[in-house]
Amino acid sequence: MEFSYHIEGGDFSKAGLASSEVKKILKQLNVSASVIKRVVVALYEAEVNVVAHAYEGDVRVDIAPERVVVVVEDRGPGIPDIPLAMQEGYSTASAAVREMGFGAGMGLPNMRKNSDELNIESEVGKGTKVTMLTRFNP
Amino acid sequence: MEPFYHALKVDPKTCVGCTHCMSLCPTQAIRVRDGQASINKNACVDCGMCLKSCPRRAIYVAQDDFSRIFQYRYRVVILPTVLFGQFAEDVTEDQIFAELHDMGFTHVIEAAQTYGILAKATQKYMKENPLSRPFISGFCPAIVRLVQVRFPSLLDHILPLKQGMDLAAIYARRKFTAEGVAPEDIGIFYVTPCAAKIAAVKSPVGEDASDIDGVINLDFLYNKIQMGLTLHKDAPLPPVPEQTYLSPDAIAWSLSEGEASRFEGRCLAIDGIHNVSDILEKIENDELLDIDYLELRACDHSCSGGTLTVNNRFLTIERLRKRMQLRTEARPSANDIPRHEDYLIANGRLREKIPPRSIDQLDDNFVAAMEKMEKIKRIMQVLPAIDCGACGAPSCQTLARDVVQGKAKLNQCVFMQKLLCKDALMTAGESLRLSERTWGISRFEQPE
Ligand SMILES: Nc1ncnc2c1ncn2[C@@H]1O[C@H](COP(=O)(O)OP(=O)(O)O)[C@@H](O)[C@H]1O
Ligand SMILES: [Mg+2]
Repeated sequence: MEFSYHIEGGDFSKAGLASSEVKKILKQLNVSASVIKRVVVALYEAEVNVVAHAYEGDVRVDIAPERVVVVVEDRGPGIPDIPLAMQEGYSTASAAVREMGFGAGMGLPNMRKNSDELNIESEVGKGTKVTMLTRFNP
Repeated sequence: MEPFYHALKVDPKTCVGCTHCMSLCPTQAIRVRDGQASINKNACVDCGMCLKSCPRRAIYVAQDDFSRIFQYRYRVVILPTVLFGQFAEDVTEDQIFAELHDMGFTHVIEAAQTYGILAKATQKYMKENPLSRPFISGFCPAIVRLVQVRFPSLLDHILPLKQGMDLAAIYARRKFTAEGVAPEDIGIFYVTPCAAKIAAVKSPVGEDASDIDGVINLDFLYNKIQMGLTLHKDAPLPPVPEQTYLSPDAIAWSLSEGEASRFEGRCLAIDGIHNVSDILEKIENDELLDIDYLELRACDHSCSGGTLTVNNRFLTIERLRKRMQLRTEARPSANDIPRHEDYLIANGRLREKIPPRSIDQLDDNFVAAMEKMEKIKRIMQVLPAIDCGACGAPSCQTLARDVVQGKAKLNQCVFMQKLLCKDALMTAGESLRLSERTWGISRFEQPE
């Protein structure tokens, strides 16, 4: 079963819409609260990254009986050095973005912590595709 | 004890199924059938939004028969602070106490007298359980129920403590039994400003039984006091032995910021049940991480906006602020409750865990739930997405949900009926009969 959502870059007020919707869906499927929290936290961080670092993006959520796969794909500057970006505290966020309380450099590490499989593909100048898989019965 | 007792009732003679309550209910507990609002017991959290939103006053709060107090020799009444806020400034606290005695109560206690103990118990629990941060106050029973129904993952954050009215009741029972009064001679009654506190007495959460024997609705008691005041206008004021001094903090406890302003760290005071839902959503998503304490109240302006209050809530707050300025010397006796602090703190914990009451899941079986969700998705593509309520459900989404759960028919939707009629798949008569089922037959009868 698939669901999709659109994310507009720069619109911080709407970051979290997709994760809220996904939470509602998983609650209806009787997924355990702890798994829901992991999925929601990881997706929220991915949404914020599109808003903070890219121009626009799309979220696709695919739910099967044993797992959920979340793909967040954006048009944006891309990530030149993925291992560096994955480091805790690393951030290129602008002063303005930090001002708003984002840009602690914990987004990607949190996404890794809260998913069972994380895959990032990125092309500089084009965009980034983040794929996260979370199993319901870990 | 009933599992989910609810005091909110729909008067079938007055309700016309207008849908106001249905759209505002924070748990989508209301549907309209046969021209009547009906409340789903499993989803209702007793917040009283339905009562407040009803333009015809068709929703009321059931109450115990007042004469029940006379089954007891010791008739104790526990008062919420907002009771005093219902009266004009020229009505004194002493007059109100005197009227309560006159109507038959032998002892009057204010729930706020337990304030200091409650604040201490709260601090103690927070210190001993730092991992349960952010702490969610258990003050408002509608909020505790909202968390059970909609945010069960946050249940461990609720402070598992008894509230002021419970502590006052435990105190009274202990005091009088120590004086040799037989337990069955003691009747303890709480004057409630809302339907949620009634539910908290009749179906307590985290307890097998309440320490309170009965509930009196605040609006009912207000009228009784007013009547007495008129009657005794020219009589001298009889002495009222137990009127004690309450500190401004104690008086403020049930108002907004009353709790949040007392504790250390980052404390938020949020009132209005929809505002509370928004904040709990953020907490559940880990979007708000460094909060220490959440004072959450279902009513706008907390208890001064309770469903059973009579006075305008802004005037209630003004009146209570006046009371905060009263001087200590004016009170005849000292508050006796703090002497029992150790006992009350030791007995002030909830005995059981607060259980979840979640209503979200479509099916216990994952695959079945997925199938239902697929169906809901398909149904949503044909529904008009205007949430008009004419089908008897609060939104297109809830109708779709009801349909897959076998609780409603898709063709209850008037938009669907038009589509079907257009394609000659439904006759006007069939469409009318469907509408009659939602709105009641009499609604479609020609006026004489
Ligand atoms: N979708 C993206 N597009 C471009 N750059 C990104 C994207 N996501 C992450 N980055 C880069 O990786 C860095 C680290 O990301 P993250 O751990 O989420 O921290 P933060 O967003 O707080 O800076 C970002 O500062 C940014 O340089
Ligand atoms: Mg980030």
